[in-house]
This record gives sequence, structure tokens and C-alpha cells, in this order.
Amino acid sequence: MSKLSQRHLLGIKNITTKDIELIFETADNFKEVINRPIKKVPSLRDITIANIFFENSTRTRLSFELAEKRLSADVVNFSASNSSVKKGETLLDTVNNILAMKVDMVVMRHASVGAPHFLSKHIKANIVNAGDGTHEHPTQALLDSYSIREKLGEVQGKKVAIIGDILHSRVALSNIFALKKLGAKVMVCGPPTLLPKFISSLGVQVELDINKALAWCDVANVLRIQLERQHIKYFPSLREYSLYYGITKKILDNLKKEIVVMHPGPINRGVELSSDAADSQHSIILDQVQNGVAIRMAVLYLLAGAAN
Amino acid sequence: MQKKLILDSDLLDITLSRLCEQLIENHGSFENSVILGMQPRGIFLAEQIQKKLKELTKKEIPLGFLDATFYRDDFRRRDTPAKASETRVSFVIEGKLVILIDDVLFTGRTVRAALDAMIAFGRPEKVELLVLVDRTHTRDLPIAADYVGKYVNTIESQRVLVELEAQGYKQNRIWLINNQD
Repeated sequence: MSKLSQRHLLGIKNITTKDIELIFETADNFKEVINRPIKKVPSLRDITIANIFFENSTRTRLSFELAEKRLSADVVNFSASNSSVKKGETLLDTVNNILAMKVDMVVMRHASVGAPHFLSKHIKANIVNAGDGTHEHPTQALLDSYSIREKLGEVQGKKVAIIGDILHSRVALSNIFALKKLGAKVMVCGPPTLLPKFISSLGVQVELDINKALAWCDVANVLRIQLERQHIKYFPSLREYSLYYGITKKILDNLKKEIVVMHPGPINRGVELSSDAADSQHSIILDQVQNGVAIRMAVLYLLAGAAN
Repeated sequence: MQKKLILDSDLLDITLSRLCEQLIENHGSFENSVILGMQPRGIFLAEQIQKKLKELTKKEIPLGFLDATFYRDDFRRRDTPAKASETRVSFVIEGKLVILIDDVLFTGRTVRAALDAMIAFGRPEKVELLVLVDRTHTRDLPIAADYVGKYVNTIESQRVLVELEAQGYKQNRIWLINNQD
């Protein structure tokens, strides 16, 4: 079967391992396409996609837009900062107005948890969640696991440490779901104030000491300290965070083995990751970005391809 | 279901030899020629033709695999999206004489998609189509093959099944299958 089990990509939690494998296999083909002299295929030429971003994003939106354009889809962009949302329009009204203009798919980022799930109950278009609050960011998790698969051959059995602000991170949650489904061992590491209380119930190990976490893992996925979500102080200062949890080239060089360093971006250089570590041979951060386009092409292709 | 044998191993071998001789007649030294096998099933045939041509001419003609899935015109018109296969074209197509190879020519739609897919790798000087089986009177598009292993008169409901040893079958056999019985 070459069909996803779902009509929407709302989160990793509700898709199957088979779905993930199908997305990876399709992304392999698209990765070859985006490295051709002519990077465009006509698959989605009669499809219109609306990128609706109620929250700021550069990389994810750019990546989705490139993926859509390389598939020859028509693209409309919408960001909340200059829209009628400011005038008090509801989410459903906004989206229905866009869909009335014959849009087939919606890529949405929203600050509220569950916003795309709510939308999926009310509209017919396919929905791709590009991040909902602190809940899920499925395409990021897919491209992270895909990058691990590409670098290490497979995800099964690999030890992955997710380091940093787990509490506010949709990337962490989606990554945990994806990695567990693909058979990896997962550890989360960060200051206790940034670790959710019941995180171990997801079947992950919890570690407070970053040196132990790095010694254990094959892959360190370092998350950004989300300054915009720190309404209360979770740690005394950025400097202190960096001293206790910042990863430097020196720390990586002192490990007994070579580990892979990942970061979903944007990096706070000198906070969670030092410049020399981010630019070292350990880092696959720019591979992640390239794979992001291939993964999003695969997701859009597979969702759009099934006849409605 | 009724199965009728169209080509067996011995006959297939003779057919492939004839196709290779025809290619040699038209391409001479194969200096500027490349072979493109169409995924998923044309690649086995393309490999065999390339091997045979190497025996006959002592020349290694560049061989690539072309997948036309993303160029198909039936996207969203079928229940499941068509599954893509690997495209492996490690040479430049610009200015080349391309021998496009597939196992069965039916509606011509896959060939049309393949022509589109090929253009992404450059502008060939000339494209020729080689098929093992040409199902006559079933074309949806004005597409014809330059080299044909065997012409078979079929109706829409019938199916041509190609079994090659290279695909893991016990012997090379090509069947015509009747679905309506």
C-alpha cells in the first residue's frame, strides 16, 4: 500500500510506523529530485495550498513554500500579523473564507494546542500541522528522524538524547513519538524546571546531567531555549544555563565516541550550542534543513495524491 | 482467468537479439547513445539489452533508470498515489540519442510522462522507444514504438504479464491474461 492511514498530518501520535516509513521512502525520491539541475516536478499542478501562519516562522514556512513550489502547487501565504484576525475574526471563519476560494490543502501553524485538530473536524481540505502551541510539530520530527536514518543508516536501536527546554517544545514531543515508533531509545535532558512532570510516562529516560546524557547517546538533538515562552523564570540566567547545559566543541571532543549533533533551529549561538560545536563535523544541522524540504514534499504528495 | 503464453525463454532470447541488431543498425558505434530503462519494470529489460549490446559491440553504453511517477497525469484520479521508484541518471541527457526502454506499451501515458521526466535532465537530440510487447489498438495518445519485440492484439480488459528471471521468476515468460471469463 502506498497510502497514508490519515487524511491529515496533525501529529506523529496518530500516524502509524508504516506511514512514517512510506513518507521516508517517498522523501528519498524527492531528495533526488531537489538535487537535479531542474528541481521541479509537476505532480501537484492543479492543487492550491494555503500556508496559514498565526505564529511567526521563517524556516518552516520557507521550507513548506519551497516544497509546494517544487511540486508545482499554487501557493497562497497568510500570516496573522496583517490579517482580519486582528479585527476579531474566528479561526474557523478565517479558514472557511480562504477555502471558499477553492483551496485544497491547508498548512497551519497556530499558538493554541489542538487548533489543527479542531479545524480537521470542520473543513474538508487536507491539513498539515506546522506546529500547534507546545503540542506537536510533526514535519520537524519526521525530518529529524529521516536525518538520523540518513546519517546512521537506521533509527532502530539508536540512542537519542533530546536536550534543553522539553517543557515548551512541540519538537521534543513529536520527536519522542516518532523515535519511539521507529524503535529508538530516547532520553530527555535539561534542568528540572524545563522537564514536564510526567514525561517518563512516554517511555523515555530522564537525565539531569548533560555529561551523562552525552556519554550515553549516539545522537544529541539540542533544542532552542525559547525565550519568547519564558514568562516566568525557569532558570536564573542564560549564562548559567549555558554553563550547565551548553554544548561546546570541547565537550564533544572529550567524549569517547563520535556523536551526531542536531538542532531544529534557530540556534541561540553561545547558549544551548556554542559556535564551534554548531559548525563542527558532528553537526548535521544544515542536512536537516535540506531534508526538511524533501520530507514536506513527501507529506504533501502523499496527502494530496489520494482521490477524495 | 485464462493464461496464454506469448513468448517463452528461447523465443525471448531470439527477440532480444533481433532488437539489439536493429539498434546496432541504427546507432552504429553508439558513440552518442544512452539507454534509459523505465521504472519499475522496464529496467530489467534495459539491463539485458545493455548486456547483450556489450557482448555484440564490446561497448559499455551508459544505462540509467527513469521514474516518471511524479509526472503522471492521473494524480488524484486514483485511490492511492502511485509509488515512486528510484531515478538514477548519472549522465547528461543533453544532446544524446536516448533509447527509452519499457516492457509493455499500452495506453502510452507512461511514455508521455517519461518524456516529460527526461526533459528535467536536458534536451536529448533524439528519443527512440523500445518495447518488448506492443499492445495494438489500445493507445490513448499518439505514441508509437520504434523497436518492438512482439505485437499483440489485445482488448482493454486483458493484461500482459512479463516474468523475467532478473525479476526473480524461474524462467523468462510472457503471458496474455484474460480477466473476463
